[in-house]
Amino acid sequence: MKSQESSVVQPQRRRVVEILLGGGLFASVVSFLYPVLRYLVPPAVADLGGDEVVACKTGDLKPNSAKIFRFGNHPAMVLMTEDGEYRALSATCTHLSCTVQYRNDLHQVWCACHNGLYDLNGRNVSGPPPRPLDAFQVHVRGDEVVVSRKREG
Amino acid sequence: MDMWRNKRLRVLLWLILGMPLAGAWGQAPNSCLDCHSVLDAPLQVTPEQFSRDVHSQKGLDCASCHGGDPKKTDMEAMAKGAGFRGKIQRSQIPGLCGHCHSDGAYMRQFNPSLRTDQLSQYVTSVHGKLLAKGDVKVAVCTDCHGVHDLRAPRNAQSKVYPLNIAQTCARCHANAAYMKGHAIPTDQFAKYSASVHHEALAVRGDLSAPTCTTCHGNHGAAPPGVGSVQNVCSTCHVFQDQMFEKSTHKAAFQAASLPGCIVCHSNHDISHPTDAKLGTGPQSVCSQCHTPGDDCDQATKEMLSGLTRLNGAIQEADRILGVAESSGMEVSEARLEEDQAHDSLTKARVTIHSFRKDLVEQDIEAGLKIAAKNVQAGKDALKERDYRRMGLGFSLVAIAAVVLGLWLYIRKTEQTA
Amino acid sequence: MRALARVRDWLDERLDWAALIAPLRHKTVPIHRLSYWYFLGGITLFLFLIQVGTGILLLLYYRASANEAFESVQYIMTRVQFGWLIRSIHSWSANLMIFTAFAHMFSVLFLRAYRKPRELTWISGMLLLFLTLGFGFSGYLLPWNTLAFFATKVGTEITGQVPVIGKWLMVFLRGGEEVTGATLTRFFGFHVAVLPGIVTLLIAVHLALVQRFGISVPPGVEAEWKASPGAARQMKFFPGFFLRELMAWYIALGVLGALAAILPWELGTKADPFAPAPAGIRPEWYFMFMFQTLKKIPARIWFVDGELLGILAFGAAGLVWLLLPFFDNLGRGRGRRMILGAGIFALAYMAVMTVYGYVAK
Repeated sequence: MKSQESSVVQPQRRRVVEILLGGGLFASVVSFLYPVLRYLVPPAVADLGGDEVVACKTGDLKPNSAKIFRFGNHPAMVLMTEDGEYRALSATCTHLSCTVQYRNDLHQVWCACHNGLYDLNGRNVSGPPPRPLDAFQVHVRGDEVVVSRKREG
Repeated sequence: MDMWRNKRLRVLLWLILGMPLAGAWGQAPNSCLDCHSVLDAPLQVTPEQFSRDVHSQKGLDCASCHGGDPKKTDMEAMAKGAGFRGKIQRSQIPGLCGHCHSDGAYMRQFNPSLRTDQLSQYVTSVHGKLLAKGDVKVAVCTDCHGVHDLRAPRNAQSKVYPLNIAQTCARCHANAAYMKGHAIPTDQFAKYSASVHHEALAVRGDLSAPTCTTCHGNHGAAPPGVGSVQNVCSTCHVFQDQMFEKSTHKAAFQAASLPGCIVCHSNHDISHPTDAKLGTGPQSVCSQCHTPGDDCDQATKEMLSGLTRLNGAIQEADRILGVAESSGMEVSEARLEEDQAHDSLTKARVTIHSFRKDLVEQDIEAGLKIAAKNVQAGKDALKERDYRRMGLGFSLVAIAAVVLGLWLYIRKTEQTA
Repeated sequence: MRALARVRDWLDERLDWAALIAPLRHKTVPIHRLSYWYFLGGITLFLFLIQVGTGILLLLYYRASANEAFESVQYIMTRVQFGWLIRSIHSWSANLMIFTAFAHMFSVLFLRAYRKPRELTWISGMLLLFLTLGFGFSGYLLPWNTLAFFATKVGTEITGQVPVIGKWLMVFLRGGEEVTGATLTRFFGFHVAVLPGIVTLLIAVHLALVQRFGISVPPGVEAEWKASPGAARQMKFFPGFFLRELMAWYIALGVLGALAAILPWELGTKADPFAPAPAGIRPEWYFMFMFQTLKKIPARIWFVDGELLGILAFGAAGLVWLLLPFFDNLGRGRGRRMILGAGIFALAYMAVMTVYGYVAK
């Protein structure tokens, strides 16, 4: 780094430097603070959707019916048995990953792709599926039916 | 005479040496194996081989099927007086096996859940019927299940383990010389090996995929009749069956005695159905019956165009999302939706079997909506990316201004220093 | 401006502000052809401050449980306004900081700034380097994706090979026998509380020592200046060097922003402890040279297990490096040459093994 020999500084030069520095500093600080400030504001959707999801409201399901909802990055199913008990299962068939559906005539979970059948605990009972469906935990909180992953073992 | 004597000498020699060996296998004294283990094929049965046999593991021995007395030595073991039956005639084999395997009370001792209808099924099969007429070239129990080292079907090395069945059938059915005199083709195995079912079974390891016996039956093996092909396929392909049942083709096929699903999908070389099977192109199956220009011709063209449209939309969405992803945008939600669009496409392809273009169009529309949403999500992601780059540009300009300003300021202040 | 002067006077009355900053006013930086290397320490400090800032922001949304960690990072990347920017800057700055920390260490080594009286500065700096690597290792697991999970598994597995204390150390790090959610919680604790606390203290010590002893002049330049005293040049820290450092820091900021916007940090796939390890698992680049060494070392050397020998060798190397200044005085210039040789060898070895690790399949 060499320091320059002294010379006369022009007033315009000084103004240019001042504008550059002042304006640049201001603009750069704004461009740093703006994202940070917006970051601090919580987004509209506070739910992560990973551990716990509100699947539906308590009035939505009748006995012997089910609903598909999004759980994390995959579809899941919440169903109500004949006796009014809530169950939640993964809705991705373990055979070839089609989305399963609830059959209220069979009282079982059915996959339309190749006629696979699961019982209401997710166990594969008939057809090609090689493994049971993952089961999730269901709690009723107020008027919300909340589905969460089983506790890590 | 000379040869015989030599053999006897040889056998005696080995007996002296072989007895301890036979004892080492931990089986009851079995003079049959003592001799037969040192004979040449086809008379050779070694103790090691026989130890793998499921009958041997359950406590049966040579005499259970062949008679004779394994406790006696030398030729006394094979005496007629001891009930020796010698080599079982092929035509006698089903009856011999069935003697135990059709006896429910007897089989219950060993495996209560084992079926006992194999023989009664067998006599209804093509093999059984031909055998009754005197054709001994057909398959009998031992041809498929093996003999002397017979393994249970659930054993992966059994000749009738699902992965091995096709090859077992092909031993005869793919052998043109052997099948001479029978008026059926011998290309089934070659065709099946190129099919999606084979791929599912052998490559993907999906043991629920069909092999020969799934559609033809195992003990009661016979080709499904023209009227029952649809029933057979429908055990897995439920939706297609339901739609076809309600369609116009059902009655038409029945009237013309056409074998259902096979007409368009063939029986053994079932390939992955492409959209090109529709429409009027060279691979179209519709043109087998339909004449160009009739109403159905129009319908098939429309259904094909619907599928093509949806496929194109899905691919466009996939492309845009790929571009967004490679520029670092997070599009996992849209990717999830892509699966749904794909499901719609699959559903539409199944709906083809109703042969109603309005129903197909419904599924296409649903899929197009989802695909359009995904394309929009991709476009939004790209817009967001551009917005970020603009923001970056702005901040870089500001930073450059500051850096330049600092440099000039430093120069200025140090000039006067 | 007058308001500012009044605030300054108010503080000065109570804190004797002028006396506090007096040493800084007098602080000078030697100016010579190798002066550019002096920036590296400051850049490392700057990047650390960036890490603290972006880290605190990430803390507002991150959740440290195995069930939610991945989803929370995904949430930050997709839903939080500018979350992608904060997270990518944090990840990039982490890597850049490790790079500049190593560069700073090597420049100090080659410019021989560790000589008496600066031995303590070197030691505190080496400890900071180790802790920085600890930051990298613990932070890497936090998104709980597949790569991180298995990299942590392998890394802690290697720790378990250390003789005597290895098993205990591994269980301590993992929070159990295996890598689980407990490991994540523990690493989180290390990453946001334990390590920052220790590092802040050490940085204060390190800076105080630098301030105490002033900036070292490389021996070659020293000799030149002794010969012709007129050639010696010093620049005042305020404002001269400081403004230049500010320039460098601003440029670094620009680089970080560009990296974050154009090459955002990947999310990966959520870790599944029951799935088999994917092929080609490897650690981050700053551990690659050690990983590759352990991979290539023969299974047995004489009667000793190869991997164990490798681990011990690295441990010994670390210890030697920590105490490097004490070797400088050995023999006549022999210690100096040994250190120089070791420095060149280490740099070359790390570079080659890192590249090798990436190129080899």
